[in-house]
Amino acid sequence: MNSLRALIVDDSSVMRKIVERSLRQAGLELAQVLEAGNGAEALAVLQGSAVDLILCDINMPVMDGLEFIKQLSGVENAKGVPVIMITTEGSEAHVVQALSCGARGYIRKPFTPDQVKAQVIPALAAKA
Amino acid sequence: MNATSALLATNRERWTATLELATREVFQLMLATELTAPEGEASVSQEVTSMVGMAGQLCGVMSIRCDGKAAALMTSKMLGVELDKVSTEIADALGEICNMVAGNFKNKITGLGEGCMLSPPTVITGSDYQTYSLADKPALEVSLLFENMPMTVSLEVHS
Repeated sequence: MNSLRALIVDDSSVMRKIVERSLRQAGLELAQVLEAGNGAEALAVLQGSAVDLILCDINMPVMDGLEFIKQLSGVENAKGVPVIMITTEGSEAHVVQALSCGARGYIRKPFTPDQVKAQVIPALAAKA
Repeated sequence: MNATSALLATNRERWTATLELATREVFQLMLATELTAPEGEASVSQEVTSMVGMAGQLCGVMSIRCDGKAAALMTSKMLGVELDKVSTEIADALGEICNMVAGNFKNKITGLGEGCMLSPPTVITGSDYQTYSLADKPALEVSLLFENMPMTVSLEVHS
């Protein structure tokens, strides 16, 4: 798989670092990792940068992850880019809601690199 | 007796075991650390207290207390960096740990996953403070050792 440009969206900078490390531990080669602390910041990042993959928390201040996904449809740099949710909200209703908003995968915290890989690889393959 | 009190009254023992399991899983998966059970009663300094509010079908506060050295080591293990490289991330890391324990706990209790929301974490550093709780029942409490340092996880349930 070619080097990826990933956008990690989480209000915790510690969690953003952990997600990045998990992607590397999962064997993904990352050419660039962009970070945002909420959905609004992520939309601003995408105005100036194209990415191959977005990993996003749900509960965040300013703009949460579900609203962020809804607004992605109007962003040129996000067209066809898979979004994987990573969140503590693990109920079936939350999963269904995220997938119906356009998420391609769902990872519950706490997670392992293998769980990240199991969600990310198929999402990237479907994009290709 | 309201719904929350009834839930707690009938499930106290099971929920305490679930709280311990939820905590152990977070430390196994995110910090690659096996928590152990203390022999006898361990005194826990509350230099760092991380709290997450729960509202909805279950109302209460989840908290994790430990001393500053344990908090720094948790952060180091979570980030995968040397202990001396840890500084400002401690509050963020401890908040996330508490958030994950609370989320993991509620996801293990049938019906709570959808019916209970979590607040953003709050982290208090320093030990010179008192808390006044509206909880009308004794907290569920689990004492564990993290790298031989005591920590306490508790869930105060409000009516």
